[in-house]
Amino acid sequence: MADLTDLYQQIIVEHNRAPRNFKKLAHPTRDAEGANPLCGDEIKLEVELEGDRIKDIGFQGSGCAISQASASLLTGAVQGKTKDEAQSLFRAVHAMLTSPPGVPVDTTQLGKLAALSGVRQFPVRVKCASLPWHTLRAALESTAEPVTTE
Amino acid sequence: MTTVRHAPPAVPRPAFDAERVRRDFPLLQNTVRGKPLVYLDNAATSQKPRAVIARTEQYYATENANVHRGVYELSERATAAYEEAREKARGFLNAASAREIVFVRGTTEAINLVASSFGRRELQPGDEVLITAMEHHSNIVPWQLICGERGAMLRVVPMNKRGELLMDEFARLLGPKTKLVAVAHVSNSLGTINPIAEIVQQAHARDVPVLVDGAQAAPHQPIDVRGLGVDFYTVSGHKMFGPTGIGLLYGTAERLEALPPYQGGGDMIKTVTFAKTTYADPPARFEAGTPNIAGAVGLGAAIDYLQALDWEAIRTHEADLLAYATDRLSSVSGVELVGTAAHKASVVSFTVQGVHAHDVGTIVDQEGVAIRTGHHCTQPVMDFFGVPATARASFAFYNTRADVDALVSAVRKVAQVFA
Repeated sequence: MADLTDLYQQIIVEHNRAPRNFKKLAHPTRDAEGANPLCGDEIKLEVELEGDRIKDIGFQGSGCAISQASASLLTGAVQGKTKDEAQSLFRAVHAMLTSPPGVPVDTTQLGKLAALSGVRQFPVRVKCASLPWHTLRAALESTAEPVTTE
Repeated sequence: MTTVRHAPPAVPRPAFDAERVRRDFPLLQNTVRGKPLVYLDNAATSQKPRAVIARTEQYYATENANVHRGVYELSERATAAYEEAREKARGFLNAASAREIVFVRGTTEAINLVASSFGRRELQPGDEVLITAMEHHSNIVPWQLICGERGAMLRVVPMNKRGELLMDEFARLLGPKTKLVAVAHVSNSLGTINPIAEIVQQAHARDVPVLVDGAQAAPHQPIDVRGLGVDFYTVSGHKMFGPTGIGLLYGTAERLEALPPYQGGGDMIKTVTFAKTTYADPPARFEAGTPNIAGAVGLGAAIDYLQALDWEAIRTHEADLLAYATDRLSSVSGVELVGTAAHKASVVSFTVQGVHAHDVGTIVDQEGVAIRTGHHCTQPVMDFFGVPATARASFAFYNTRADVDALVSAVRKVAQVFA
């Protein structure tokens, strides 16, 4: 049975309370917006690329603890990474969030992001956790359309 | 030694036997997540009594045929059942004639029908439609669409911080250009009961018709469209313990007669040639195509069920639930109520400080408590109160103080999770 403490792990609660990189960048080179209008989660992600590398990243927005913590964890995880490395992380997080509950997931690459693994036991909340990640991908791929995971 | 005696609760205990009527609703006997279901999302949709489920099954098992068409016995039976449901709806709304009752999919379709048919005939560039700040999207967007098409303006009556309409502003906005007033009887996100009789009186003094969205009123009280004096009234079957996909549009005979058709098709015509079609009289004019016959019959059964209940006792019972829930939720640290009108239906919207409504919803769900979280299709209301979303507990007559206790205990868990 799904357990609340799997969803609201300490690290999630803590990142929601004090989100990292909740900021506007002075010199963003890429940005993207994500919104789940039915649920109300909104995120604006800014990235400063130096060559192929993410030099700085910041997000702003509002939403539930899962979306905010996911965005905060994301910024910490991709800072300093290359675009390809970030895309690879996107795929790993996506695989973790969408794998059926009970099936073991490989979290070796994920570090703190493994805290999001409990979300998959709450199918209606997966879109909250995945929104920042799809928004990141849109920013890296310079997609003009706003992103949604609903 | 002194014995402390607790004072009896301030609100008198209700005489309505909610425990007994709960047994009429099979779904309420379910458990979720291993706990007894506490269903507090009645403003979204209500549960169905066994009588409605059985009547729908009986219709399909013994009466199913198309209506108003066949000359055979079975079609006559289906038509009789369908028209009998219309007569029951007339009784429920206290309309003068069953011809004033149009079957629609629900309140949304009813409002779209009036917006489209009335708007195409009556709205000219510069005209105004007056709605209010607490409308559901379904009483905003259809008017925006038709106003956009016709070059008309949508005007909005503001409300105060308790969620009550500013009636002096209503009087001011009701002007020579106003062609129609559209207002909710009861707000779905705030619970406010609006002063419909007063609104109708002022509008009619200027010959302006009034449409009332009664989706949230019908589950809480018998409706008297003639007493209220409204021109149009809309309800959704599924919110008043009937099936989904069926609802009612009431319009006075005079108003409906003046409206052009909404959709074209079978059953809404008198004669058709390729050169010209003449249309049926209301209500058939507005019921193109095969209607939701089983839905109408099921709604008729819901109305029978409702009319056998003691509504004076229910009024007291729901007022008690509202007062009790308001009191108990207010006692939880960090909880703030949104919508504190003097006249309210049993709907309680609230926020928990520092916690998004969806997190509140997920946490209380773990305790078997089903509430709605989000903007409740009233984004302008959320903007007005400066919140992205609220949690909302909405009560029906089958809810009890024990349901409130379960909710409050579940909401207390929110603080533990986010401690």
